[in-house]
Amino acid sequence: MEEVGLLINGIYLKVPQGYTLLQAAQQLGVDIPTLCYHPELPSEGNCRLCVVEIGEHPRTRLVNSCTYPVEPGLNVQTHSEKVLQARRITLELLLARAPKAKLIQELAAEMGIHESRFKSEDPYELCILCGLCVRTCREIVGVSAISMANRTPGKLVTTPFLEPSDACIGCGSCAFVCPTEVIPYIEKDGKRIIWGREFELVRCNICGNYIAPMAQLEHWAKLTGEPVEHYFVCRDCR
Amino acid sequence: MPKIESVDHLTEYRRQIRAQRDPKQQQVLVCSGPGCLPLGSTEVAQAFQEEMQAKGLQGKVILKSTGCHGLCAHGVRVLLRPQEIAYEKVTPEDVPEVVETSLIGGKVVERLVYQDPVSGQTAVHKSEVPFYQGQKPLVLRKLDEIDPESLDDYLVVGGYRTMRKVLFKMSPEEVIDAVERSGLRGRGGAGFLTGRKWRLCRQVPGEMKFVICNGDEGDPGAFMDRAVMEGDPHAIIEGMIVGGYAIGAHQGYIYVRHEYPLAVKRLTQAVAQAREFGLLGNNILRSGFDFDIKISQGSGAFVCGEETALIASIEGNIGEPMPRPPYPAQKGLFGMPTVINNVETWANVPEIINMGAEWFAALGTEKSKGTKVFSLVGAVNHTGLVEVPMGTTLRQIIFELGGGIPGGREFKAVQTGGPSGGCIPKQFLDLPVDYDSLQEVGSIMGSGGMIVMDTTSCMVDVARYFISFLFEESCGKCTPCREGLRQLLNILNDITSGEGKEEHISLMEEICTTMASASLCGLGQSAANPVLTTLKYFRAEYEAHIRDKKCPALVCRPLLTYTIDPEACTACLACVRECPVGAISGPKKEAQRIDQDICIKCGRCHDVCQFEAIKVE
Repeated sequence: MEEVGLLINGIYLKVPQGYTLLQAAQQLGVDIPTLCYHPELPSEGNCRLCVVEIGEHPRTRLVNSCTYPVEPGLNVQTHSEKVLQARRITLELLLARAPKAKLIQELAAEMGIHESRFKSEDPYELCILCGLCVRTCREIVGVSAISMANRTPGKLVTTPFLEPSDACIGCGSCAFVCPTEVIPYIEKDGKRIIWGREFELVRCNICGNYIAPMAQLEHWAKLTGEPVEHYFVCRDCR
Repeated sequence: MPKIESVDHLTEYRRQIRAQRDPKQQQVLVCSGPGCLPLGSTEVAQAFQEEMQAKGLQGKVILKSTGCHGLCAHGVRVLLRPQEIAYEKVTPEDVPEVVETSLIGGKVVERLVYQDPVSGQTAVHKSEVPFYQGQKPLVLRKLDEIDPESLDDYLVVGGYRTMRKVLFKMSPEEVIDAVERSGLRGRGGAGFLTGRKWRLCRQVPGEMKFVICNGDEGDPGAFMDRAVMEGDPHAIIEGMIVGGYAIGAHQGYIYVRHEYPLAVKRLTQAVAQAREFGLLGNNILRSGFDFDIKISQGSGAFVCGEETALIASIEGNIGEPMPRPPYPAQKGLFGMPTVINNVETWANVPEIINMGAEWFAALGTEKSKGTKVFSLVGAVNHTGLVEVPMGTTLRQIIFELGGGIPGGREFKAVQTGGPSGGCIPKQFLDLPVDYDSLQEVGSIMGSGGMIVMDTTSCMVDVARYFISFLFEESCGKCTPCREGLRQLLNILNDITSGEGKEEHISLMEEICTTMASASLCGLGQSAANPVLTTLKYFRAEYEAHIRDKKCPALVCRPLLTYTIDPEACTACLACVRECPVGAISGPKKEAQRIDQDICIKCGRCHDVCQFEAIKVE
């Protein structure tokens, strides 16, 4: 594979063509904070925490490293003053949005921010609109049961029209991937409750432990072409 | 309409319709542009129709509803050709007199011509009206001349001549060379060199490519693109055919907001006409080139004017931008290389190829070539559409074409480039307007909105207005834009309601810097401009709001104090009756008083007082 040589924080390195700046920095062991990035998902550059400064002084600019591809000879600064200032303000803004979100508190504290100077409109808000749940549901699960709705003033992650959705298979991947644990997910007495729907969990034919909702097993069956009965036995007993 | 099969056929057809038309024949051209239509231009045209019929003029006089004539402040506008007599503020009641005096009598109806508000001097002919002097219409040139619903009209003035030249006499490379040499820059705002964009897209390998016309004009007060789409739709189609040929695309999309129903109708109609006529479709005029256009309607999201969000919207996805690279020229609509240009850019293309790149490049400034259409609105006498060479100064546009500020008030600022443009103060009035000079003073060209403000505007309130617009319209995808705008609006609301704190100014500056540098798309990157420029040029006003809790322009109501001047009060009690909270009282037949603890500062007493006894400060 062809390689591209570039400078990260003054250090020259070669990485495979098609790498993002984030991947290149990781190869070098440079830590760039991220919120909406996940190696298994397509990046969309939402959170802007991974911004880095590229170009030659004085004509430099910030780009998000999770999507920007490596270019031959590119000069990248991952922790310049301009970058740090943007990250600080971004985190401070997120802290005002979701003041009780542990992950945001920790990342902010690492940058020396313990309290936001901005107004907090909802002290109980936890969602930072990173979109990991939406992308997981769409790209990994493949059902697109949830989506972003509205623009800035009322933006939220939801099922269509805020109503329980038939498309949801109750797999809980959205809740699993959520970095601020905001998606309500309850599992008890053989039931799973998520996105306003209650799913009966199927028991393993052999050990009797709960496996997953029927809708999820049927989805697996559809994806793999196996009969759904194939999944009535849990992974441990298979 | 016949189906045109070949180049010769087109030439022959054009010759035929030209032969049928007498250039000396009397024409009545009624403006039905975005400004005149709501003022009743349909009724005026109807009145002409009826009156001409009654006077036996039908067949002798041509009556047309055309696109925008430009000077919207004085609509409904009617132009008589070939005399070039320009009538203003025409109502259906004026029509019999115009028909009698001008069409039959060959004289001028003096009371309907332009009159200078100061000197009282009149101007009968269009070319003598100051608003039109100094303009250089290229894109708007045909608007007051052709019936936008008639393909014949477009053909008579030389339409589709450029397409013919390009398809039969030029290689795609030559077309791109010409556009590049002309120095045309994208008229949608960012000002990227159009020729370079086309070349990039042509060089990307790919069987399937697209061209898109961005007609999602969403800036408050801007209607340049609307006027062109409604008034000269074939120019856009012809430009897109040329662009499609140059980059190797066979499908074009026109993305137009559904709030422009007339533009949607006219474009749909024009595309259908061109297709029926053989100017769109397979093997156009037997050139071997296939090209067609689809109309795609937006649903009113401002952010969909951003090219990657627009592409997402056409694809049927949520209209949110994507980070670049990849640029649309590399990977755009449906993942294919795509050239996306604004309405005005496309409308410039036929003229550039037709008249030559050098001719176009001779207009304008060193780095900004050609002309630019501005929608001149706000506190200016002659609101309307102007098209001037790049490099024309703000003073010329606002005071010479625009006729200055109404009511003898003083100019305060002009906001260019839509809601995310900057407010430019008095000291830059002699600034030559082009992409780079506007950027130097902290504003942008944008798509060409120009909002003039006088001393009755509070710049803090202006910033608050634009930020609240952008907050509503920001897609909310990236953190700096979404949360930054939210906090800017919080702070500006605080300042304009008397809750401002000293640290607010620096806090806003910090947010603005991060929004500008770290936002995902152009909306977020430029959204801070209204705050940054007002902070830079009108900082004293912010300080007055924050420190003295006063609004110098007397706009921010919570900061005002209403009192009654006992000398002027006649005890008529009009204000007492008007006050919704009963804050005004006093002894009978004596001056009244406002109880400041009860007053909610609604200003109704001030509006109702006929004796100027209510003082505001």
